[in-house]
Amino acid sequence: MAARLDVEVVTELLHMGGHGVYVWSAYALSFAALVGLGIWPLVSLRATIRRLKRRRDRQ
Amino acid sequence: MGWIKTTFHKTGSPRWFFTGARPWVVGLYVLGALLIVVGSTWGLGFVPPERLQGNSVRILFIHAPAAHLAEAIYVAIAVAGFVFLVWRMKMADMLIQAAAPIGFVVTVVALATGIIWGIPTWGTGWVWDARTVSTLLLAFLFFGLVALRQAIGREDQASRAVALLALVGVINIPIIKYSVEWFTTLHQPPSIEIGKKPAIAAVFLWPLAVNVLGFYCFVAGVVIAALRARIVEREAGAQWLRDWTSKS
Repeated sequence: MAARLDVEVVTELLHMGGHGVYVWSAYALSFAALVGLGIWPLVSLRATIRRLKRRRDRQ
Repeated sequence: MGWIKTTFHKTGSPRWFFTGARPWVVGLYVLGALLIVVGSTWGLGFVPPERLQGNSVRILFIHAPAAHLAEAIYVAIAVAGFVFLVWRMKMADMLIQAAAPIGFVVTVVALATGIIWGIPTWGTGWVWDARTVSTLLLAFLFFGLVALRQAIGREDQASRAVALLALVGVINIPIIKYSVEWFTTLHQPPSIEIGKKPAIAAVFLWPLAVNVLGFYCFVAGVVIAALRARIVEREAGAQWLRDWTSKS
């Protein structure tokens, strides 16, 4: 009984009375953008520092 | 009053900012991510469907923070533009350079979530009205700030032109803000306004407030991180940076 209830809860959470596709795609898109934003400056900083170090080592 | 001047001069020093800002990036990333996870879980799973909009109302909890944040980033950029034009502060120019692409992405998120929300609630993803067009213009302004800098070859000229565009473009912000009050629109009026009673029920207000705070903290961390990356690029020849890279 409990397991069946869980399945119902999850299905309802995903389906959201027909609005699930809108709600979940909006959240997925936003989180992807936020994660991308968070990573980008760190990668960019690391790449620049590596470039500076290479240039210094050549000198 | 002395501390204001000291803070102004310290923030104006790329070296001071670069070394001092690192813990802020970590702190704001963690705090922002935590708040967004809490606010979104709350909004997705622990709020009843809205009477008219049903479950699609849950998009509010990311759409409104993104839209609000996009405007706030633009205001910050405009202030930086003013500071650069008046005091020629290099850090202000670097802030514009760092924040403009971030503002663009956040605006695109606001537009995209708005379009997705519009389909079930308005019956259409897009209408050409004051709110949508002025927000689209905001995206173009952010893009323009990035493109203009790349289009002008001389760095000092590019910086001045970008700062001027940033300042002039701020006229768009009150247009976005009042677009739902001055013009006929499908867009709903603001849910929260400073100094007014919230227009939405408390159950919707709390996850919204948590996510607004989360978006602000996280993206503030992103802007600071991006500013550090710009500093390293532009100060590549500076002695302090050479010392720092040889130590790390």
